[in-house]
Amino acid sequence: MEPFAILLEERGPSLLILACGNPSRGDDALGPLFLERLATLQEQRSNAWQDIELLTDFQLQIEHAVDLENRTLALFVDASVSCPAPFQWTRLQPVRDASYTSHALSPAAVLHVYQQINHAPPPPAFQLAIRGESFALGDPLSAVAEANLAAALEFTDRLLASREVETWNRFAEISADGSRLM
Amino acid sequence: MSVLETAAHPERLCRVAIDPLSRVEGHGKVTLLADRDHHIRQARLHIVEFRGFEKFIQGRPYWEVPVAVQRLCGICPVSHNLAAAKAVDQLIGVREIPPTAEKIRRLMHYGQTLQSHAVHFFHLASPDFLFDFDDPTAHRNIGGVMTDYPDIARQGVRLRKYGQEVIRVTAGKRIHGTGTVPGGVNKSLTMQERNYLLTDLDLLIQWSRNIVKLVKQAYALNPGYFTHFATIRTNYLSLVDANGTLDLYHGGLRARNASGEILFDHLDYRRYAQVLREQVKPWSYMKFPFINSLGPEHGWYRVGPLARINNCDRIATPLAEEERREFMALGEGQPVHLTLAYHWARMIELLHAAEAIRELLLDPDIFGDELVARGEMTREGIGVIEAPRGTLFHHYRINEDGLIEKANLIVSTTNNNQAMNESIRQVAEYYLDGKELTEPLLNQIEVAVRAYDPCLSCATHALGKMPLIVELVEESTGDVVDCLIRDEDGTFRNSA
Repeated sequence: MEPFAILLEERGPSLLILACGNPSRGDDALGPLFLERLATLQEQRSNAWQDIELLTDFQLQIEHAVDLENRTLALFVDASVSCPAPFQWTRLQPVRDASYTSHALSPAAVLHVYQQINHAPPPPAFQLAIRGESFALGDPLSAVAEANLAAALEFTDRLLASREVETWNRFAEISADGSRLM
Repeated sequence: MSVLETAAHPERLCRVAIDPLSRVEGHGKVTLLADRDHHIRQARLHIVEFRGFEKFIQGRPYWEVPVAVQRLCGICPVSHNLAAAKAVDQLIGVREIPPTAEKIRRLMHYGQTLQSHAVHFFHLASPDFLFDFDDPTAHRNIGGVMTDYPDIARQGVRLRKYGQEVIRVTAGKRIHGTGTVPGGVNKSLTMQERNYLLTDLDLLIQWSRNIVKLVKQAYALNPGYFTHFATIRTNYLSLVDANGTLDLYHGGLRARNASGEILFDHLDYRRYAQVLREQVKPWSYMKFPFINSLGPEHGWYRVGPLARINNCDRIATPLAEEERREFMALGEGQPVHLTLAYHWARMIELLHAAEAIRELLLDPDIFGDELVARGEMTREGIGVIEAPRGTLFHHYRINEDGLIEKANLIVSTTNNNQAMNESIRQVAEYYLDGKELTEPLLNQIEVAVRAYDPCLSCATHALGKMPLIVELVEESTGDVVDCLIRDEDGTFRNSA
């Protein structure tokens, strides 16, 4: 038996939505807040969204590669200082980037870790980057980020009507710029 | 203290900045001042972000603090949680929490130590051990480790995941855990949870033993390098239990000098302010703590795995104790001062954490139902814990409404501030002085800092941040003479 296989036993839902951020650092809270509000929506859509697992963490690390095991689709959500407002939608590929050298990995680097430890391609994965402006400790979410969050949630609600890779890919092909996907 | 802390005529020197350091949490910067012949005249490690932790906590109700402080750091939230919980225990007048509560907290803490040490060694520091300095940068990272040593990389991921699972089970949640409450914990373990965590634990202990062996092999292959690289003779500070045994959760403060003589022992950590002071220097946001009786010049010290292994008389778990004895033989009766030995000591602690988790999981107290103790409210509480990176102090004073009036946090990295500066000065003097600055040489500075596993700021990590830019500046004119940039794929380019 694969060592630590027991860690995977409870794995159920096929779609993992993994949001990162620190709720006490201004717009870095975009990830956890997104997930919190999505959880409320999940309750309303109970049966239709049963195959979705919501997971939040401060930052991505190597063990999140294990969270991707046995999934058919994955979505990473995070605040971004460099994406266009309100959000950016992209398809991810495994990449060994420079984030390997830090305590916080990029989503693409997590996919690469998955590939390295499992000797198999990771599940198809996408990234929803929500534009944030201010990240100081103790700051509340900025008004701009609040508006971007609402737009990202509206888009995701539409997106989750289909959990088909092709559909998600089509969105990415139309545009990475969230304002053109609304 | 090295003469390289402050140059006599900085205006006549060239400036090199390594900004930020890679494979180090947060944002740190190293500046080197060199003269025209490339002789290093000044070397400093700067912390470039002001954290404002204390202000963040002020005004909050005391019972909220153990949960709130987890948001200070995305790397060791459990350490902050437990240090704050110990302080809050005192605020509610509790001197001793029930055995079940203490063992659950210890389990959580060992889970944290295990996952933190695993990620540091396997995924941040192992390239420093497994590859030569002249190895290409694009290969000399965890990607290279994964390619060349797939089993080690894989074990690191599983060890980290296991430590996180111990935290999840004991804290109730994966992050923002609410398991610790004033006076104890809010849940014990079920038999099912215990059995779940015991599964494969023996394999994990075996992996931990193997990694200690790997570190020893690396040392044996190049003892000269390990002995001299960034090595400094220092004082050491850590907690030990009443018998002088390594204790990561609780104990009294012990300090030794560089010869191994005890400076103070079993000191009640609530009296820390009597023996430790913090010096402010105009060029750094981070303070410089020192042992008061020795003064700032000679009283600075090191904390963390190296300090703990040097300071304790024994380790309670057998496999780690065996490794400690072998490690201490290196010092020939004195403390081991090798900075790179931090990694070795860290892996002994990784093994200890794995063994300690097993012992705790087999202890029937973890199923108990007496979870919380109560006492009479007081106005001041001090919690100290051995966090993965070293001794962590949380000190709170509350007002009559139970709101935090004053908070003082001395984090592990602050305790090591002077030592990290001294280590980079040693490296600058030994490896960089009189030479053209190249990426492999500058990397040695980072290797020295990385040995301490500093956590320089906290969990801001938004996408798009993390460049590495090295600039050589002619100090008198301000012109950039040379500039080295690391791209996202890990390759370096010169943009002068």
